[in-house]
Amino acid sequence: MTTLMDTVDQPSLGARVKQRISSDERVMRVCMGIIALFLLVAVVLPLYSMMAKSMEDRDGAFVGLANFAEYFSTPSLFFSGINSLAISLLVTFIVIVTAFIYAYALTRTCMPFKWFFRLIAIVPLLTPSLLSGVSLVYWFGNQGIAKDMLFGETIYGPIGIIIGSTYWVFPHALMIVITALSITDARLYEAAAALRTSAIRTFFKVTLPGCKYGLISAGFVVFILVFTDFGVPKVIGGNFNMLATDIYKQVIGQQNFQMGAVVSVVLLVPAVIAFTVDRLVQRKQVALLSARAVPLEPKPDRRRDMMMFCFCSFVALLIILMIGMAQYAALIKFWPYNLEFTLANYNFDVANGGGWDAYHNSIKMASFTAFFGTIIVFFGAYLLEKGRGFAIGRGVFHGIAMLPLAVPGMVLGLSYIFFFNNPDNPFNFIYGTMTILVVSTIAHFYTVSHLTAVTALKQMDDEFESVAASLKTPFYKTFFKVTVPVCLPASLDIMIYLFLNAMTTVSAVVFIYSSDTQLASVAVLNMDDQGELPFAAAMAMMIAYTCATARLLHLLITRKLLRRTQAWRHR
Amino acid sequence: MNEPAESKKPYLKIRALTKNFGEFVALKDISLDIFESEFVCFLGPSGCGKTTLLRAIAGLDIQTAGSIEQEGRDISGLPPSERDFGIVFQSYALFPNLTVTRNVAFGLENRRMSRDKVSSRVTELLSLVGLPDQGDKYPAQLSGGQQQRVALARALATSPGLLLLDEPLSALDAKVRAHLRLEIKDLQRRLAVTTIMVTHDQEEALTMADRIVVMDHGVIEQVGTPRDIYNRPSSAFAAEFIGTMNFLEATVSASGEVSLGDHRFRCDTSDFEVGSKITLSIRPEDIVVDEGEGNQQNTVMADVRYIEFLGSFCRLGLDSAVFADSDVRADLSIHMMRDRDIDAGTRISVCFPENLIRIFALR
Repeated sequence: MTTLMDTVDQPSLGARVKQRISSDERVMRVCMGIIALFLLVAVVLPLYSMMAKSMEDRDGAFVGLANFAEYFSTPSLFFSGINSLAISLLVTFIVIVTAFIYAYALTRTCMPFKWFFRLIAIVPLLTPSLLSGVSLVYWFGNQGIAKDMLFGETIYGPIGIIIGSTYWVFPHALMIVITALSITDARLYEAAAALRTSAIRTFFKVTLPGCKYGLISAGFVVFILVFTDFGVPKVIGGNFNMLATDIYKQVIGQQNFQMGAVVSVVLLVPAVIAFTVDRLVQRKQVALLSARAVPLEPKPDRRRDMMMFCFCSFVALLIILMIGMAQYAALIKFWPYNLEFTLANYNFDVANGGGWDAYHNSIKMASFTAFFGTIIVFFGAYLLEKGRGFAIGRGVFHGIAMLPLAVPGMVLGLSYIFFFNNPDNPFNFIYGTMTILVVSTIAHFYTVSHLTAVTALKQMDDEFESVAASLKTPFYKTFFKVTVPVCLPASLDIMIYLFLNAMTTVSAVVFIYSSDTQLASVAVLNMDDQGELPFAAAMAMMIAYTCATARLLHLLITRKLLRRTQAWRHR
Repeated sequence: MNEPAESKKPYLKIRALTKNFGEFVALKDISLDIFESEFVCFLGPSGCGKTTLLRAIAGLDIQTAGSIEQEGRDISGLPPSERDFGIVFQSYALFPNLTVTRNVAFGLENRRMSRDKVSSRVTELLSLVGLPDQGDKYPAQLSGGQQQRVALARALATSPGLLLLDEPLSALDAKVRAHLRLEIKDLQRRLAVTTIMVTHDQEEALTMADRIVVMDHGVIEQVGTPRDIYNRPSSAFAAEFIGTMNFLEATVSASGEVSLGDHRFRCDTSDFEVGSKITLSIRPEDIVVDEGEGNQQNTVMADVRYIEFLGSFCRLGLDSAVFADSDVRADLSIHMMRDRDIDAGTRISVCFPENLIRIFALR
C-alpha cells in the first residue's frame, strides 16, 4: 500500500511543493488501506468472481454471454424478472403512499398518541421478513382463519408477496419520509398563509416539493428492498417465481451455480441503477437545507387530526395483527384443531431445521457483527473524513464503502460461495465458519452504518484536527479523547443497526452458513420449508424478543450515557 | 509604533508563494517578511486569499509553489504537526466534551510534563486571559467571548513562536468584539509573540496591527503601518477598502494639475505623465467647507443632496456639475453643521486640499 500512496502525490510541476507526510498521516493512510483491503476482500473480489462465474460453463470454461442468452430465452426465468419488476413497483407505490400519510400525521398534525404510532411502526424492523410470510399463512393460508376474505383467491402468490413485502419495508420508507417532512422551514408556511394561499395549494406548492427528494429516495429504497428480497416470496410465493427465489432454487435446488450467477447479475443491474439515481437525487436534497430554518410546529385541526388518527390506527392495527398472529401461532398446540396454549413450539431441539444452537449462534453472530462492525465502520469513516490530503485514495475508499448498499444480500451471499469456497483462495479457511458470517454481514450493511458515522463526523468542527496538529498531539489521542466520546451516540446507533440486521437477515447468510453455524433466521426458513410452521413462528418470535430487548437496552444505555458522560451537551 | 528596521532579520520569510485550486489562482506570487514580536494583519475582502495564506503558513493547506522560512528553518513542505505555531479559529474549535482546563491542557498533556506543572501552567494561562474561575466549565457553558479566550489560552499554552488568528472575532457581537480587540492586542504586546491575524474588518486591523497586509485577488496590494495605509494608500483598492474614499475620473492636464471637465485641481501628479487618465481620490473627512463662492483654488460649488446623521458627525451627499455622476460625500462635524446651518438643498463651497488629494491609475 505504501508504494501506491507515494506515487499518488507525484509533483507534476518542477517547482511544485510537496508536503511531507507526517508520521500520523502515514499511520492513518495505512489504517485506511487496511480497511479498504477488508472491503476489497469482503465485497469487491467476491462480486468479481460472481461476474466471472456468470460467463463460465459448468466446467469453468469461458463462454462469454452464452449463459445470459440461455437465461433470456428460458421463458420461465425471464418471466421471473417481469414478476419481480411488477411486484416491486406495486409495493413501492402502496408503501410510499401509506408511509407518506403516516409520516405526515406524525410530523404535521396534532394527532394524539403519536409516540405509540412511532413505536408500533418500527416493529417490522425487529423481525425477519419471513415472519410476515408465516403470519399470512395463518391468516389466509389453506387453514387460515380469514381465508374467506380472499374470495377464493390464494394467498400463496402475488397477493401474499405484496402484503408481506408491504409490511416489512414500511418502516424503512417511513423513516426516510419522516426525515424529509421534518426538514422544513415554518417561515415558508407563514409566507404562504400571509399570501392567503389555500391549504390544498400550500400542500402541492410547499409541502410536496419540500419532501420530493425524500419521497423519491424512499421509493428507490423500497424498490431495491422488495426487488432483491428473498424471504417473503420464499415463504408465501407458492409457484409464483421471482428473481431472488430463482437464485435460491438454481443454487440450492439444482446446484446450477452458473445460472445462479447469471440471475444475480440480472438482479444486480437494476439495483445498481436505482442506487445510483438515488445518490444523485440525494445530493440535491442537501442543497435545500438551510441552517437558519425555523422548525414547524403543527397547529391542531380537529377534523384532520381525527382522520389521521383513524388512518394511523388502521395501519397500526395491521402491523399488530401481523406480528400478533405469529405470536399466537407460536403458542398454539395444533392449529387449527387444538387451540390450547403451549410452550412446546419453543422446544426447537426437536424440530428439523435448527435447534436452540441456531438461536445462540445468531446472538453470537449479531454481537460480533455489532462490535467489530462498529469499530471498523467508525474508524474507517474517521480516517476518511478527518485525514488530510490523499484525495484519490479517499475517493476510492468512499466509493467502495458506498458499494454494498447496491448489492442485494443474495448476490453477496452467492458471491461468497464463488470467492471463498475456492480452494486456491488464501481466505478459504474462513469458509463455513462464524467469521465468514460476520464478515458478510458487516459487508452487507456497511454503507448505511458508514453514512451514519460520516454524518456524525461531519458535524464535528474540522478544525479540531488542525488545532490538535498545532499542539503536536498525535491523532489517536485526539481520536480517543474527543472524537469517540463526542460521536458515542452515533456509534451506538451503528451498533444497534448492525445487531438488528444481523439478527434478522436471511438473504446473504443463507448461502454460507454451515451445519455448525446455523442461524435463527435461517432456521425460520428451513422450518417453514419442512412444514414446521409453529416452530418457524416461535423462532421468528424469539428473534423479535431479542431485537426488542436489544433496542430497549440501546435506548436505556444511550440515555444513561448522555446523562452521565455527556453533561457538556447541556448548558 | 515599533516599526521594524529593514536590516532586522525576518522571523517569517515568505517567498514567491502561489496556491492554485485547479484553475483558480488563490495566491499569486506572494512574498512577505514578518518580524519577531510583530502583530501583522492580513486584511481584505472575502476570497482575497488571506485565509489561504494563513493556512499555507500553518501547513494546513499546502501552497502549490514557493517557500516559507520560520526562524531560518525552511518549513515549506512540513506537515502542521512539525511546525511551530498556535492557532485560534473563528469557530473557536474548543473540544466540547472537555472542560476548559482540559482544553487548555490539551497540548501540554503529551509533553512529559508533570501533572503539577501542567496544572499550574493552565492556571497561569486562564488568569492571563481573564478566566481564572472558569476551569471546570464546559465550553457550551461559556459565552462566545469567553470561549474565544479559552481558545487563545489553549493556543498559547505550548508557548509557540508564532500565533495565528483566523478571524477570531468575527463570530462575536460588536461590544464584545471591541473589548476583546484591546485585550488580545495587550496580551500580544506583553507576551511579545509574533502574531498574524486574518480579518476582513478594517477597524480591527487598524486598531490592532503593527503592520497591515492588504490583499485582493490573491496578491498583496500594500504592506504598511495602519497610518501609512490609511493616509497614503498605494492603490485605489487599498484606498477604498480601508476607510471611505471619493473617486472622481480626471485627466492630468499639466504637471501638478488635473482637470475634471473644465475644472482644475492642484495636486501631486509626480507619478503620472501629462495627458494620462487618472482617478482622483479624497477622503470625505478631508473635504473642507469654506465661506467662498467656489472660485478659489481646488474649490467647487456643490448642492447638498442628502444629509446622513451618524452621531458625532454628518455625511453629506454632494451634487455638482464638476462631479458628473460620481458619488461624492463629505463628512462634517456636528459643530460645523450647526454653525453653517446646512440643510438638504443648501448650496455650499467645498475645497479639496491640495496635499490631501491622491491620484491613482484609472481602474
